[in-house]
Amino acid sequence: MTARSDKSSVGVSPWNSPSVISNHKRRQRIDIILKVVVTACVIAVVVPLGDLLFMFCYRGIEVISIPRLLGNPISSIPGLSNGIVGTAILTTLAACISIPLGIFGGIYMAEFSKGGKFAEGIRFCSDVLAGVPSIVLGYVCFLAFVLFFGWGYGPAAGAVVLSIIMFPYIFRTTEIAIKKVPEGIKEGAIALGSTKATMINRLVLRFALPGILTGILLSVGIALSETAPLLYTANFANYNPTGFFHSQLGYLTGFIWLFYQSPLPQDVDLAYLATFLLILIVLCLNIVARVGLRRFSKV
Amino acid sequence: MKPSSGSNTTDRVYKAVSALLGSSAFLFIFLIIIVLVVYSYPSFVYNGFHFFTSQAWNPALDSTVVTTNGIQHFVGASYGMVVYFVGTLITSFLAILIGVPISIGIAVFLSQVAPKRISSPISFLVELLAGIPSIVYGLWGFIVLGPLLIHNIEPYMARYLGFIPGFQGPVYSSGLLASGLILSLMIVPIVASISRDAMAQTPRDLKEGGRALGMTNWEITWKIVLPYAKTGIVGSVILGLGRALGETMAVAMVSGGASGLPHTLYYPVNSIAAFLALNFDGAFTDPTNMFVYSLGELALVLLAVTMIVNVGARLLVRRTNISNTEGNVVIGV
Repeated sequence: MTARSDKSSVGVSPWNSPSVISNHKRRQRIDIILKVVVTACVIAVVVPLGDLLFMFCYRGIEVISIPRLLGNPISSIPGLSNGIVGTAILTTLAACISIPLGIFGGIYMAEFSKGGKFAEGIRFCSDVLAGVPSIVLGYVCFLAFVLFFGWGYGPAAGAVVLSIIMFPYIFRTTEIAIKKVPEGIKEGAIALGSTKATMINRLVLRFALPGILTGILLSVGIALSETAPLLYTANFANYNPTGFFHSQLGYLTGFIWLFYQSPLPQDVDLAYLATFLLILIVLCLNIVARVGLRRFSKV
Repeated sequence: MKPSSGSNTTDRVYKAVSALLGSSAFLFIFLIIIVLVVYSYPSFVYNGFHFFTSQAWNPALDSTVVTTNGIQHFVGASYGMVVYFVGTLITSFLAILIGVPISIGIAVFLSQVAPKRISSPISFLVELLAGIPSIVYGLWGFIVLGPLLIHNIEPYMARYLGFIPGFQGPVYSSGLLASGLILSLMIVPIVASISRDAMAQTPRDLKEGGRALGMTNWEITWKIVLPYAKTGIVGSVILGLGRALGETMAVAMVSGGASGLPHTLYYPVNSIAAFLALNFDGAFTDPTNMFVYSLGELALVLLAVTMIVNVGARLLVRRTNISNTEGNVVIGV
């Protein structure tokens, strides 16, 4: 094939010779096979994903009801209100810790650091942190906070581990969003006599906001999908927490983990309901983050 | 009007505060390593090198407590990581084996074959895949995939492919194959989206040159795009491997929680991450805490493996100079 294309002078091999035509047909056939194979790859992933989404939405709609959303597992009609409350508490607390750390870290990387060793070190650590398995983080926080500092299971330990999980995402997206703000705008502000602090607060953050919000929404989605680290830090309970320390609490993913193999059908129903709610929340967060804010940022 | 420069007090405070908050990344890494090293030290002293070579995980909770070298333990307690370490490697290897060709196929479809109006919704769908909680994958694997494999697929594999080592029957559970398949589904979004971006970086000139020479789509993909995107693809595969190695809940739900090594694809299996999650309660039945320390050493091993893999991938992906995907690299994981 290659030899033929090298000596493609018309006199040597006429284009209509049978060998060229069959070669051409062979190449076309391989091309069609490529298309079939890659389409099959897409189908191989889309079919399981479709089945997963369809099945859990179907089961979820089947079992959803007001009492199930308002009760807890030990009320007369078992429900998962404490899971919704717990997930909300844990995610909010984690966001309160990780958003300031991540945003200020991102500002430092994009605006103040001039690519020195210190900044490189921070970025390296943040990248490494993003790759640490969440179960390892959970076990570390269990050893450090639950056992060593004696916090016990509760919202505090759970929020700390979730905030460590969220930090690298917020940090990185903030840095990238700020670096995308046009230099001219920043220089204009400085030329008008603004301090760097004012320039960042009034201008840069405003321009970078959609990007930063995307990062926050995606990281919230990651935080509320976590199970393993929470087992070790928040444990689980059938009722709402009463304090930050020594106060186990329920959360949606915990409902799935603890109830999916239960012999009681009403417990399994709760696992399905929790799955449905989680998929719903995570999909909404992803769609808002990827579609809504992207459109907004173009304006 | 004040002259503006870096010497302004507000600016200096701003810089110091943001540097301080940003350096919490150091703090977190420091915390993780110190805590794991301190808490696995007793296990390291007690189990020694045996930890890395033994298949037994036996806390020996009904024997008597003794103290050697200042460390409390049960007589005859012995901890070894081989079953879980090998399980982690095998399941991840299987995930790579199945998931990577499919992901590259998807990336080729998205960047080379499909028109934009088809490729952008599929891209979106693939990225959604990354957002679905791993416990939901695990539940799907437990309800749908596991039974499907046991009843409808594995018996036929054992019958017709049984001559291949690892495929022979009998079929009585679905551990290794189900874990590999679930993990491969979970690494698809990472590998596919980064590979797609790497392929999209191929200069137009090269592709148009190929087209002008009469190359077919397949030839352009195979001879121009894939060689050009090679490093990016390898980086994405290693990042996917990092995710597969640390995946916990999905493996815990479909693997069968084995305590021995798998001999065929149909054996139950276990991984370090899944074992950590499954033995949450077990750790507290041991008053000497040796169980907790040994789990700490197990976590340290997992941390070391994933760190090596991730740092390697990042160095590789960064070297390929895919500047605008660097953000996705972090977000994709």
